[in-house]
Amino acid sequence: MSKLVESIKKAVELVELKDGMTISFHHHMRNGDFVLNMVMEAIAELGIKDLTVNASSVFDVHEPIIGHIKNGVVTGIECNYMGAKVGKAICEGIMEKPVVFRTHGGRPSDMEKGTSVIDVAFIAAPTADDMGNCTGKVGKSACGSMGYAFADAMNAKKVVVITDNLVQYPLNDFSISEVYVDYVVAVDQIGDPKGIVSGTTKITRDPVGLKMASYAAKVIDASGLLKDGFSFQTGAGGATLATAKYVQDMMLERGIKGSYGMGGITKYMVEMLNNGCFQALLDVQCFDLDAVESIRSNPRHMEVSATHYAGVSGKSAGVDNLDVVLLGATQVDVDFNVNVHTDSNGYIMGGSGGHSDTAAGSKLAIIIAPLSRARLPLVVDRCLCTTTPGSTIDVVVTQRGIAVNTKYGKNKELKEKLIAAKLPVCEIEDLKAMAEELCGVPKAVKLTDKVVANILYRDGTLLDTIKAVK
Amino acid sequence: MKITSTAVAGTLESSDVYVKVEPCDALEISIESVVYNQFAEEIEASVKNVLNEMGVESGKISINDKGAIDCVIQARVETAIKRAGGNK
Repeated sequence: MSKLVESIKKAVELVELKDGMTISFHHHMRNGDFVLNMVMEAIAELGIKDLTVNASSVFDVHEPIIGHIKNGVVTGIECNYMGAKVGKAICEGIMEKPVVFRTHGGRPSDMEKGTSVIDVAFIAAPTADDMGNCTGKVGKSACGSMGYAFADAMNAKKVVVITDNLVQYPLNDFSISEVYVDYVVAVDQIGDPKGIVSGTTKITRDPVGLKMASYAAKVIDASGLLKDGFSFQTGAGGATLATAKYVQDMMLERGIKGSYGMGGITKYMVEMLNNGCFQALLDVQCFDLDAVESIRSNPRHMEVSATHYAGVSGKSAGVDNLDVVLLGATQVDVDFNVNVHTDSNGYIMGGSGGHSDTAAGSKLAIIIAPLSRARLPLVVDRCLCTTTPGSTIDVVVTQRGIAVNTKYGKNKELKEKLIAAKLPVCEIEDLKAMAEELCGVPKAVKLTDKVVANILYRDGTLLDTIKAVK
Repeated sequence: MKITSTAVAGTLESSDVYVKVEPCDALEISIESVVYNQFAEEIEASVKNVLNEMGVESGKISINDKGAIDCVIQARVETAIKRAGGNK
């Protein structure tokens, strides 16, 4: 027996994809992904219409989907993140049905709860055998962890694995098991390795970024959480990486043995693992080649599913035991609500990813962002949309001051600790005033009443909407 | 001051502004900005203030703003005009 079929088109026919169905994709190929576009092209050629695309993330490389929306092949999009190119088209109102945004934890959990039904999952696999056992750890298009694809494989009615490195059965050390897979397709190339993982993720050299990073590290230190058993998540942004570097320095200097680092993993987290700062890494996605190499060779660098990482449908998740998470923001409002979905003109250029999952789970959720960017103040009266509720955010760190969120009857003690550590603690309103003194007060953006996206919180409830731009 | 040659000042980096001035019989100001929706009036006022202060009555002034604050816009416009001020 073999599940190998000769083309994507053939697989689409065999799974009996029909008008109105929902198909899914994972985003470990990131901006180097070829699979979503290849599959959509095959589907369009077969004349199938009215599909909903549930992709864990939509990147700029997926721009051809705009054409599929215009010609009726795609009538719905569900994702956790959307890049600026498709985001702009959505905000200009090209699709009738609003986009559904979830979080990295909410997406798999909604599938497991049955509120998000996937008819066919197409899984880009850097290495697979002809029965569908597959992994991201090896192959010319290696992406490391395939954490976001587990829920798709386990919950979709039909599963098609698409690989550019077909190996003899049985594949050793698979991530996704053949038991879930219906068909396997071998293609020349599932992605462009340059877009899949960046060669290097670099620590910022910008003095403003370094100042913010140094403050954030001091906040972590003063919080009292930096001790044996410490668990930590950071993104791949320049300033957050710099913070991780400062945290590592403190841990090594004091001989602190942490428990785990989590999230999208970069070489800095790998360095912390190898230097003994953590007992393990829980990796849902690799951001660079060092992380891919590490997950392949180091058993303490563990691949976890998105549910294990951040879900609410399991009995517990990694985020539930997280001490500290460092997060970014395009806007923060005076109630500490955070927007990472839209830019300051109201156009979609992001999404939660694990933002609201980790903020909710962690003991200390730190937003790190400059006081203003290109004349636009970080802190506003009301965010254009809410990605992460203010009640789950603890501290906002900028280069000019640090605001502690005491609005929800919490963090009073933390605020005292930061003041005692001689950090520049101020109120969130002060950050807004400082920025406006420098930049002026921006005119409000004009939005229409047309809802172009619904933002679902990690538990599946409607958190906010995004309106079309005028 | 009179604009007698073409000159530029500034960069296209975020938070900076690129100003180009050229000789022209009339006064023409064009503004392009990443924060046009939020700060168009402030940017125009900054440019006009500098032109008034320097006594510039004609010239083509092109502003390509990447989110510069007012003092930066004013400094860049002033520099561009001085560079175009016929000292050659």
